[in-house]
Amino acid sequence: MRALVILALAIASPAAAQLSVDVDGTIGDDLSIAVPAMPTPQVVQTGANPSATDALGRAVAEVIASDLRGSGLFKPTGPSGVRAIGVGEVTAPQFEGWASQGAAALVQGFVRANGNGEITVGCYLFDVALKTELTRAGFAIAPRDWRRAAHKCADAIYARLSGESPFFDSRIAYIAESGPKNNRIKRLAIMDSDGANHRFITNGQTMALTPRFSPDYKSIVYLSYLGKRLRIFIYDVAAGRQRLVTESANATFAPRFSPDGKSILYSMAVGGNTDIYRISAGGGTPVRLTNSPSIDVGGSYSPDGSKIVFESDRSGSQQLYVMGTDGSGQQRISFGGGRYATPEWSPRGDLIAFTRVTGNFRVGVMTPAGGGERLLTNSWQDEAPSWSPNGRVLQFFRTSQGGNGKSSVWQVDLTGVNERRIPTPIDGSDPAWGPLLP
Amino acid sequence: MKNVTTHLVVAASLIALGACAKKKVEDLPLPPDNGSATATGDADADAGRPLPGSQEDFVASVVADRVFFDTDLFDIDAEDQATLRSQAGWLARYPQTRVTIEGHADERGTRDYNLALGDRRANSAKNYLASLGVDETRISTISYGKERPDAVGSDEGAWARNRRAVTVTVR
Repeated sequence: MRALVILALAIASPAAAQLSVDVDGTIGDDLSIAVPAMPTPQVVQTGANPSATDALGRAVAEVIASDLRGSGLFKPTGPSGVRAIGVGEVTAPQFEGWASQGAAALVQGFVRANGNGEITVGCYLFDVALKTELTRAGFAIAPRDWRRAAHKCADAIYARLSGESPFFDSRIAYIAESGPKNNRIKRLAIMDSDGANHRFITNGQTMALTPRFSPDYKSIVYLSYLGKRLRIFIYDVAAGRQRLVTESANATFAPRFSPDGKSILYSMAVGGNTDIYRISAGGGTPVRLTNSPSIDVGGSYSPDGSKIVFESDRSGSQQLYVMGTDGSGQQRISFGGGRYATPEWSPRGDLIAFTRVTGNFRVGVMTPAGGGERLLTNSWQDEAPSWSPNGRVLQFFRTSQGGNGKSSVWQVDLTGVNERRIPTPIDGSDPAWGPLLP
Repeated sequence: MKNVTTHLVVAASLIALGACAKKKVEDLPLPPDNGSATATGDADADAGRPLPGSQEDFVASVVADRVFFDTDLFDIDAEDQATLRSQAGWLARYPQTRVTIEGHADERGTRDYNLALGDRRANSAKNYLASLGVDETRISTISYGKERPDAVGSDEGAWARNRRAVTVTVR
């Protein structure tokens, strides 16, 4: 995607009374923000879905409003129920009118066909009370990529108002599930962070589990039961091919990419004893990192690649441990009641997310030293959190109880207040959030 | 005559071991007869009886095709030992048959951990069979973690049924 330099220049922000939202705040702090449909200078059919540039302008506004609403920090209105604007109004808002409707901020923009097969999506963020522009962004893109432009606009707005890094323009790999509980079909699938652009990758004949995107999104590492064995494959998204990561007579599972994408952590069970290993993503000789007669499994790198958090039941129950990337200095960091599992290091480095098992499963966070534990969800089974690219939001899967128990993908922010389900065509588990798209 | 003798030996050994076998001695199958008796026997008498050496024969012949575990545990208790002894006895009669032991966990653990736990349980059963003289190369293991429950409920009874290692013959 090509960002338009001239539009992407942020205007200097006013010194006084700036609009902002606090990501650590509560739901009462939601900022009201109007998002009218984006007009087009001339209605042109683009071949995208929707095709006409005026319909695209409305759809872009809908995605921006949905992203902002889903973050839990904003109370967007529109494009339904707010006044349509003209093209000439895009950079010259009628502030008084928006103020009278209670909008503190305003997002306006346009969609234009460029005549070369591309469209331009431009968006602008205004402070309604101060009558000033806060930021702008523009993208020249293939029409079929219009949702990415909308996510980029929402990212620019989120970043400007929250002071945090953006995260909407990103993708999720997960396991799509269907069928009865005792014979579930589990397929590898990918989608945008909001559930759109969904695509199944495996056909369900072989069980797939625990996917992870490579940092460049070019490949997905996952566990496959192909050949009735537990083995780790790397799937090349563009080529549609996969290759085995390591050949072993033993079960290999729980794969994780290193932050630079060059290494893969995995677990291998030898005669009933599971330990953690590392191997080059290109193959080669594995390096054993743990060596205990217990179950050592999973693992997640710190964003600087210097440490690994993993789970082990060496104390008698599952707990979290941190070690060097060569396996040195293994230290337990979780000490609360119950068991701790599925640790994932935040891309910001400041927190580790986990599943806490005390009968129920709950998603929580603690510092890498094990302090400041907070549980963010409270349901029957909330499992396996995965961080948003900015380390402010977690996706996880929620399983319901009983014979008809289903799993679904959910999202919660670090306040624990803003929780919502991510729409998937069928049931879902094991969401793995990739980094911000380039 | 030979058949009857072997039958009695098998039955006697089970009784002597004091195992809490779940099948009555009368239900124990006849051992294979190396073909001669079957070849000359009345075909009608064999109708409905599983093919000797088949998965159906295995299930019908042994105390149970599976052993059960306590929460998070993987030890083989006395009841499991009796079950696995009956499996080892059957395997001794069909030395060409290989088996896969499928290890499972209940739904109250996380996914990756349960894959490791299922592997532990499958290997416990495998090691016990090996200690009874079954060649290890005949036994493979696979863990399904919590992904393939036998009982679908979310209650103690269902969970107890799902913490299992199931022996399946491989054709």
